Order: sequence, then C-alpha cells, then structure tokens
Amino acid sequence: AFFWLLSLLGASLLWAVSVQLSTGREDAALPLLPGAAAAAVLLQELCRFACFKLLRKAGEGLAALSEDGRSPISLRQMAYVSGLSFGIISGAFSIVNILVGSAGPGMVGIHGDSPHYFITSAFLTMALVLLHTFWGVIFFDACERRHAGGLGLVVGGHLLVSGLTFLNPWYEASLGPILILTLCTGLWAFGTAGGSFHNVLKCLSCKQEPEGRVVLYSALQVPPEE
Amino acid sequence: MITFMNNSDSEEEPCNERTSLMSAESPPVPSYQDGLQASEAGEVQAHRKRRAGSSRGPNNIAGGEMSGSGVPVRESAPENEEEELTLKYGAKHVIMLFVPVTLCMIVVVATIKSVRFYTEKNGQLIYTPFSEDTPSVGQRLLNSVLNTIIMISVIIVMTVFLVLLYKYRCYKFIHGWLILSSLMLLFLFTYIYLGEVLKTYNVAMDYPTLFLVIWNFGAVGMICIHWKGPLQLQQAYLIMISALMALVFIKYLPEWSAWVILGAISIYDLMAVLCPKGPLRMLVETAQERNEPIFPALIYSSAMMWTVGMAKPDTAGRGPSQQTWDTAEDGREHHRSPSHAHSQMSETRSPVPTRPVTSLEELEEEERGVKLGLGDFIFYSVLVGKAAATASGDWNTTLACFVAILIGLCLTLLLLAVFKKALPALPISITFGLIFYFSTDNLVRPFMDTLASHQLYI
Repeated sequence: AFFWLLSLLGASLLWAVSVQLSTGREDAALPLLPGAAAAAVLLQELCRFACFKLLRKAGEGLAALSEDGRSPISLRQMAYVSGLSFGIISGAFSIVNILVGSAGPGMVGIHGDSPHYFITSAFLTMALVLLHTFWGVIFFDACERRHAGGLGLVVGGHLLVSGLTFLNPWYEASLGPILILTLCTGLWAFGTAGGSFHNVLKCLSCKQEPEGRVVLYSALQVPPEE
Repeated sequence: MITFMNNSDSEEEPCNERTSLMSAESPPVPSYQDGLQASEAGEVQAHRKRRAGSSRGPNNIAGGEMSGSGVPVRESAPENEEEELTLKYGAKHVIMLFVPVTLCMIVVVATIKSVRFYTEKNGQLIYTPFSEDTPSVGQRLLNSVLNTIIMISVIIVMTVFLVLLYKYRCYKFIHGWLILSSLMLLFLFTYIYLGEVLKTYNVAMDYPTLFLVIWNFGAVGMICIHWKGPLQLQQAYLIMISALMALVFIKYLPEWSAWVILGAISIYDLMAVLCPKGPLRMLVETAQERNEPIFPALIYSSAMMWTVGMAKPDTAGRGPSQQTWDTAEDGREHHRSPSHAHSQMSETRSPVPTRPVTSLEELEEEERGVKLGLGDFIFYSVLVGKAAATASGDWNTTLACFVAILIGLCLTLLLLAVFKKALPALPISITFGLIFYFSTDNLVRPFMDTLASHQLYI
C-alpha cells in the first residue's frame, strides 16, 4: 500500500506540474489527462516492480536465516499479498469519497451525468481490486522467471483498463470489457499460481489425502503436555 | 472549556508524554550447562536487567521490547537461530502493535467525524497562548512557532523535573502524580466525552445512570491500570485513554501549531532518546545503575507475564498464568511509577520466567510482548485525527496518513531488531505522516478529484 501511495504521489506531482504549465487552471489541462493517467499506470507498475525487488530480498533473507533454508513465506504468497494490498489501497482511494458522498443528500446525475454513477463505480472498483491482485501474482511470477511477455501483458492490460474507463458514461463499452478482462486475468493468474481444473475438482470433492508422515516417539523423551 | 485552561497540573501530563520503543536486549543467554538454579537465577537476572533497560523514563519513553532475543536456547544453537527467532517474533510483534495503534486511530477518527464538539474551536490551552487568528501569514507562522517553543520547553522542564525526582528517589510524589492524572483522565475526560457523544446522537441519559456508568468505568480503569487486571481489559483502557488525550489535543491545539508541535516533538524525541546527555537516556542509565526497572507507567505492553513460583512442569506459559500479575513485582514496582503522562499502565510486565526445569530442549519462547509508549499512540492519533478533521481531501488524506504511520512503525521496529536498544518511535512515523499529509492534501487531492469527476480509474 505504501508503494502504491508513492506512485500516486509521483503521478499527482506530474499532474500538478502539467496543470501549472497549462495556465494554472484545471480545465485547461484536461487534454493532458490521458497522459497523466498513463503516467500514473506506468508509475504504479514501476512501484510494483520495486515491491517485487524488496520482497524478493526479504524472502532471501528469511530463507538464509531459517533452519531448512526455505523462507516461511513463499514468493507466491508475497505476490498475492502485494497485489491484494495494491488493490485494496487503490480501491479505497477510488471509492471512499464516493461512498461518503452517497450517504449525504443529493441526486445522482442531476446535471446530466449518468444516474448509474454509484453502481458502476462500485463494479469498476471491484474489478480493479481483483485485477490488481491478479496482476500482482502474474507480475511477480513473470519477474521471477524473467518472462518479459508476462510483464508486457500486465502493463498493457493495466493501460487498457485505464483507457477503457475513459469511455465511461458509455458503460457497455467500458464496464463490460473490463469485467471480461478481469475474468480472463483471473484465470491466467490462477494458472500461474499453479492451479488447474484438476485441482479445483479435487478441492470440490473434498477428499482428504492421507498425509505421508512418520511420527517418531522416543521412549526416552517426556511427551509434551498438551 | 474554561476548566481546562485552569487545570494546569494535570494538563502537564499529556504534554510530557514521551515515546520511544525499546528493545529489551537480553544479556547473553545463560547456557543450559549451568545447573538449574543457576540458569533460573541467571534468567531472572537477565530479565531484570532487561526490564531495567526497557522501561523508560517517566517522560515518555515507552519501551518496546523485542522478545525473541531473551529466550534461552540450547547452548549449541548458532546465533542464526536466535536471529531467526528475533525476526519471527519481530513480525508477530509488529502485528501486535499494529492492532492497538489502528484501534486508537479508528476511535479518534470516528469521534472526530461524528461528534462536532471536537472540531469546534473553543479556546486554547495555556501552553499555547498565542492565537492564530491573525490576518497575515507571517504573523501566524510566528505565533505557531512561539507556541511550539513554549510547549516543548514545558515538556523539557517536566522531563527534567521527573528525572530529578527519580534520581532523588521521590517515588511517592511521582506515584501520587500519576494517580491524580489518571483519575482526571478516567473520570473527567470520559464524562465530557460521553456527554458530547450523547448530545450528538440526541440520546437522553439521567444523572444516576450516568454516575453509575462513569463510576464503574473509572474505578475499573484505575484498578486495571495501576494494579492488576486482565491483559486485554488493560490494553483496552490504555487505548481509550490515549484516544481521549489525543482528542483533547486535536480540539485545543490551533491548526498550524499542531503541525509544528508534531514535527518538533519528534525531533525532541530523537534527541532525548539518543543523545548521551538527553534526559531520557540519563533516566535509563540511572535506572540501570540502580538495577531497577524504570517507570512502567504509560507503556502499552502486549506482553504476557509469568509469575514467579508457578511451578508448572511445562513451560511457561500458555494458560492462566499469562494474565496474572506478579505480586512481588508489583510490590517492588508500585512505588515507582512515574508517570508522566496520564496514562499509567501498570507495567511491570517483566517476564520473569519460571523455567521449570525439566524441559531443556523445550524451546518455549516466552511470549514477551512489545512495549510502546502511550505518547506514541497519542501523537499518532493526533496526526491522523487532525488529518481527518481539517483535510479537504477528506478520507484519502486520512488513509494516506494512516498507512504512512504504520509503515513508519514497521521501520522503527525493524531498526529495533537491528540495533537492539531503546529507540524513539515518533520520528520516522511522524515524518512519513507529515509528508503524506501535506502532499496528499495538496497534490493528490486535485488529481483524484479530477479523475473521480470523470469516473476515470488509474
């Protein structure tokens, strides 16, 4: 979350500079908004990469210190957590002011905007949170395996989603594709994390595999009191 | 309210709140090869020393202990294991501190957002006599700097006073002061808070009920904090009084003064804890010379306590002994609880382990918790509360400050694990918090507003 906030800070700085440069009024800088949004997306992905570097180093440190040479948290878990936290903070920043506004008096779309603002915002935020989580998993995996294609697809996907929101009152064109993209990215992330159709079936059938572990009892030891 | 302005005695408490985290670095672990007695004695000694090292001065230091380091390991264990334990405990303790800090902030932000009273300007404390209602920016800045200087000087004077009291062993005076301030906090401030909350929600409550509620709340609080009580109840009380104190600060400190004071106090904390001539450091050293724990007051601890003489064959611990207090400890301690800030917490949580014996290989880690000074809670909550009260970016700014403070706390705990000595908990968090507050309010807010008005997502 901290890294995401840093990227947001950088993007806002760029926006503030661009507003200043274009005569200091916000509406004059509106044509630059797509550029600022693209810069924000790129900065977020850069911060995700920084997060990856930091977490990998931490993982290596933990592995070096542990007894069996393996870190207690795998890189995949860290990828999931990192993606989820990016998603949560991004979603929180997007939705919380809208939620507060929705509690107050007012009428949606009274100035000619779409009356479905709140519900579509809610769905978009949900999609974005999920997307960040999936992108986190895919991104870390791609970085770990140095698979540039994965990286490119994540960044490209993010840019695409952000670009689609520019179509916004035309919700069929923006919300629909975004939800479809979320589903596809989710399936891809599931596959990357090691899931498969087979796994899902096994999970659903609730079969417990017998654990192949041998337990040793030594006659010389006092058994631990439970 | 006029009453606050007159009541200077107890007002000092909050100003003198200090904070710091301390790592209780235990002295080298006694090896298992020593006899049982020796090892136990050694452990008691080690823990005593650690306690001595970890309690902080009245003024504020709040000790943060990392517990893992004190666990006696098999003597052949490589240092790696101990480091691993430290790190493992470190992570757990970070979470154990995140929860109370978050709860305190939630209480403060919820109150600020709902109860109008705490955002209304209604006078100022006597410690900040200069008003900020001046028309020119320069004058306002000057007034806020002057306010800060006065506030910090009051804090320094009180700190030095307490150090002197401690040096000359005026324990009764300190104890009495502590009790007085916690009395005021638990009864008066709670009464006012309850009154305002009831007013906001337009709920009627008659005086007999009010008296009953406040009496019970206050009496149980005094007992929990100064004597014995269940761990979680005590933690809850400490969080509540920190929140109350933070609300008072948010209400009575003028705008710019509050920010300058936050910055100045984190610098002061840094210097007082780390400089060789700093009052807090002198306090710690005096306490270590006398081989006694420093004031346990005003420290939030998530630790569990082992009682001496609980001869359970298994190790330490889990179970009812966790929440009992060591009466012997209390006896020794209670005459010295310096207070300094209104919150006294009955400290003495030094884990004096009962290492019963038999289990040599039983590496039972003693769950020693982490300690954080209540002043830290208060100033973190002041920052987040001020952000919630005054930021035009509304919730975004509050969230950003919240994340910044938690990350600062995390970093401080990391440094604690690395350096293993007393560290101030304020500087990093407050710095991050201030940076994020000003940048979010001024830079991020226009950007996010523009995006939201066009329903764009990045």
